Formats: sequence, C-alpha cells, structure tokens
Amino acid sequence: MLRIAIATIAVALGATAVVAQSDVIAQRREIMKGVGAATKDPGGMLKGETPFDLAKVQKALATYQDAAQKMPTLYPENSKTGGETTAAPKIWEDMAGFKDHFAKFAADAQKASAAIKDEATFKANFPAVLKNCGGCHETYRVKKS
Amino acid sequence: MKKLLVALVVLLALGAAGFWLLTAPSTYELVRGAPDVTVASAPNLENGRTLFWAGGCASCHATPGQDDRTRLGGGLALESPFGTFHAPNISPHPRDGIGGWDVASFIRAMREGVSPDGRHYYPAFPYTSYQRMGASDLADLFGFLKTLSAVEGRAPDHVLPFPYNLRRGLGLWKLAFLDGKQAQSDPSKSAEWNRGRYLVEGPGHCAECHSPRAFTGAIVADKRLSGGPDPEGKGFVPNITQHEAGLKSWSKADIAELLKTGFTPEYDAVGGSMGPVIRNTSQLGDADRGAMAEYLKSLPPVASPPRPAKKAD
Ligand code: HEC
Ligand code: HEC
Ligand code: HEC
Repeated sequence: MLRIAIATIAVALGATAVVAQSDVIAQRREIMKGVGAATKDPGGMLKGETPFDLAKVQKALATYQDAAQKMPTLYPENSKTGGETTAAPKIWEDMAGFKDHFAKFAADAQKASAAIKDEATFKANFPAVLKNCGGCHETYRVKKS
Repeated sequence: MKKLLVALVVLLALGAAGFWLLTAPSTYELVRGAPDVTVASAPNLENGRTLFWAGGCASCHATPGQDDRTRLGGGLALESPFGTFHAPNISPHPRDGIGGWDVASFIRAMREGVSPDGRHYYPAFPYTSYQRMGASDLADLFGFLKTLSAVEGRAPDHVLPFPYNLRRGLGLWKLAFLDGKQAQSDPSKSAEWNRGRYLVEGPGHCAECHSPRAFTGAIVADKRLSGGPDPEGKGFVPNITQHEAGLKSWSKADIAELLKTGFTPEYDAVGGSMGPVIRNTSQLGDADRGAMAEYLKSLPPVASPPRPAKKAD
C-alpha cells in the first residue's frame, strides 16, 4: 500500500514537473506578449499616430519593470525547447549575461519613468528604453519556425 | 592494355588542365566579360556612405565587441555548413586592410569575387548580390571606405575542411552561379520601385539570408526571398515575399518602420541576425527605406521552403 502511495506521489510529482516545464514557457511568452502589447501605445505616440498620454506611457514602463523582474526566473534547464519557445540556446550558455540584460532593461525603464513628465521628455527618453528590446532579442532569441 | 593506360593518363592530364583552365579567374572574365572599371575622378562620399549602410559591410567587417561600426578591422567568425570564415580587415590600413588597393581592384572584388592577386573569394562575402552594383556606385563606396579609420591587425585564417579550403575550385562555382549582370532599371516601373529593387537585390543582399540554398550553397532561384534555414545554422529566416506566411498582411509603412526601428507591426522587436541589419538600415533615409518596402510589396507570393526536421538540442 505504502509502495503504491509512494509510486502515485512520484508519478504525480513527475507529472507536475512536466506541466510546470511547459507552463514556464507559456508564462514567459505571455509576459513578453504583454510587453509587446504595452509598447503599442507609446510606439504610436513616437510615430505621431496617437496623441501623447502620460498615464499610458507610465503604464508601459511599469509593465516593462514587472516583466524584467519575472522573466529571469522562467528559464530552468528543462525548458530549452517546446511550446513554440523562441528562446535561444545562448540563454543557458550565458545566464549571467541574460540576467544583466533584464537588469539594465528594468533600470532604463525606471530612469525613464522618473524623467518623463510631458511629451518632450517622453520623446527624449523613451527610445533609449526601446533599444533594450532588439538588443536582447539579437543575442538571446531565435525564431525556430 | 598499355594503350589504355596511356589514354587514361592523357585524359586525366586533360581533365586537370581543363579544371585549371576553367577555374582561372581570367576564364571568368572571358566568359562573362570584364566589368566596367572606369570611374569619374571624384567620388561622391555621401552616396558612398549610403551604400555602406545599405550594403551592411559593418555587419561582417566591423571589429567585434566595439560600438563604433565604422572601424572595419574584421575578425568576426561566420559559421557556415562549409566551415568557419573570418571576415578580413577592410579598413584603409595600408598593410592589414585595403589601404593599398586601387579602385579597379575594389570593383573587381565586389563584382567578380576576385582578389587583386587573382585568388577567388568565397561567396561568404556576398558578391553574388554586390555584383549588381555599378562602377560609379562602387567607386563612391570605395571613396567612403577610405575616409574611415585605419585599423591595425589581420583576422585569423578561415577554418575550412578539404575540399572547401581549395579556392581554385570556386572558379567553377562562379561560372555556374555568378552571372555578372549589373542591375538594369525597368522603365515600366516607377523610379521608387527601381531604387527599391536595386537596394534589396544589390547592396542590401536581403536574399542571401532570406532564401533557401541548394547543397552547392547557391540560392534556389524560384524560392528567392521565401525564407530558409539560417545560413549560420541557428533558426529559420522568415519569408519576405507577399505570401500569407510572409509580408502579405504588412503595409508598405510597416516594412519601412521595421527597417528603421526593428519593430514589427505587433511591436515585437526583430532579433537574431536581423538585428545588425536594422542597425544598418536605420542609418538610411526614409526615401530609401520606403523604396525597399515598395519593391517588397510588389513581389509575387512564394510559399516558404519546407522546414528542416526538428533536431533535439
Ligand atoms: C533581456 C532580454 C529581453 C528584453 C530586454 C526584451 N525581450 Fe522580448 N523576448 C525575450 C526572449 C528571451 C523572448 C523569447 C521568449 C520565449 O519564447 O522564451 C522574447 C519574446 C518576445 C516576444 C514574442 C512573445 C511570443 O512568444 O509570442 C515579443 C512580442 C517581445 N519579446 C517583445 C519585446 C519588447 C517590445 C521589448 C522591449 C520593450 C522586449 N521584448 C524586451 C527577451 C527580451
Ligand atoms: C556576410 C558577411 C559579409 C558582408 C555583409 C560583407 N563582407 Fe566583405 N567579406 C566577407 C568575407 C567572409 C570575406 C573573405 C572572403 C574570402 O576570404 O574569400 C570578405 C572579403 C571582402 C573583401 C576582400 C578583402 C581582402 O583582404 O581581400 C573586400 C574588399 C570586402 N569584403 C568588402 C566588403 C564591402 C565593401 C562590403 C559592404 C558593401 C562587404 N564586404 C560586406 C564577408 C562579408
Ligand atoms: C544576415 C541575415 C539577414 C539579412 C542580410 C537580412 N535579413 Fe531580414 N531577417 C533575418 C532574420 C534571422 C529574421 C528573423 C528575425 C527574428 O528572429 O526576430 C529577419 C526578419 C526580417 C523581417 C521580418 C519578417 C517577419 O515576418 O517578422 C523583414 C521584413 C526582413 N527581415 C526584411 C529584410 C530586408 C528588407 C533585408 C535587406 C535589406 C533583410 N531582411 C536582410 C535575417 C536577415
């Protein structure tokens, strides 16, 4: 009986480990999709397509900081492939560098958040934050399909 | 029996001689015609600068690990199915770079893939696209390169297994795949379209990454720009024809914006080897980016090549 119980627990644990693994991939992709969606408003404002709105800009910057905090924990060794991840193998070869990129992304977003008060300060400070996106994707991301 | 042997030896000798003849750089010129190397005396440096960024020379030739993209000391390792190439120093350094070259040598390198001392270059240097450029544009580009800082030091040698380490064999490859045709403008199309086609197919060498390649390393012509496995072996390069899987849903402005900022219409930032391309195209003017977008929007839809079987990492 005890044996069966242990076996059941082991299977259950194993199953959660598998779930957790595809879960992390879904979670981190969801977070990054959120970052992309949050960039729509300020992106339109930079192009002059949508009127400047300070609240929306600050909301995007808050989303970035939140993402930068959560993302680095979502790359366990067993999540290199699957779930349509576009994570590059480089992440696991250079986890420290990957984390540094997120730290810089958060710091830049925070700095911009403090500096941006109106449209002029937005146009002066926001593009530097957006440099982080391509900068990180160039090294740590690769489209596999 | 002896006669047969003699015949065989003669045939082999003829074969070797034929190979030697066919692969001679001068044979290429004989077959395709020598390129026009006559140029006006003073280069237009502004045009040269534009072509430098359109051509993406810095992506391969800039010294790795430094911010200044105009210090062209070389050394970047380029992985390929044939081995590892190292981009050479093309700064104006007289000993280590191309400081000692004349403009005619430069034009022949870019259009015929041949060095001043008559060696074939590997097509890892995308002269298959640069051959579309005219003599006066190349002279302007050369003039601009000469204004950059001279960087000391040579890149490591390429690391290529036999037989790819034999440059001579490239003569055959070039006879087959380097057509030697300079871009001709199409009078039935707008000036903008023609400019866009020139930038995309010539200096921009977009097809070098965005197309599948045959085992010979040459682009599969009827699949041009429909995407393909990354030449450096990482991931898959997307389809940029007007196919559903490509840029059909993108507007001309969307494409121009991507080339300026690196953001897709969904605000995803392109990465991988497209990152350095954006660093170059972001230096161009809006008119040139718009022209490239105009040309891409005019391409017929081509389905993407089949994906390679998934390999476990
Ligand atoms: C420090 C690294 C880093 C930074 C900075 C970063 N990203 Fe990402 N991003 C990634 C990684 C890694 C992935 C791949 C996620 C996966 O599949 O594991 C990704 C994926 C994405 C995706 C695709 C999500 C999906 O799977 O559909 C979008 C959209 C995106 N990022 C937008 C952005 C934008 C916009 C910014 C800047 C505001 C940004 N990213 C900044 C690392 C980063
Ligand atoms: C995709 C990478 C790549 C790009 C982009 C590229 N090159 Fe090169 N280039 C190379 C490689 C690799 C070689 C060496 C070829 C060989 O050894 O056969 C080379 C060789 C050369 C040479 C000959 C140098 C010598 O010492 O013999 C010149 C000149 C040159 N490139 C100029 C340019 C210019 C100008 C541009 C931009 C318009 C450019 N290249 C863009 C990869 C590149
Ligand atoms: C060195 C290889 C390389 C060259 C040269 C190159 N590309 Fe790309 N391109 C890529 C890769 C890789 C991607 C996928 C980027 C990613 O993973 O985010 C891409 C993505 C794109 C996209 C986005 C497509 C999509 O569906 O998201 C467009 C548009 C594009 N390239 C256009 C061009 C144009 C125009 C040129 C010529 C000026 C060019 N590319 C030259 C490698 C290249």
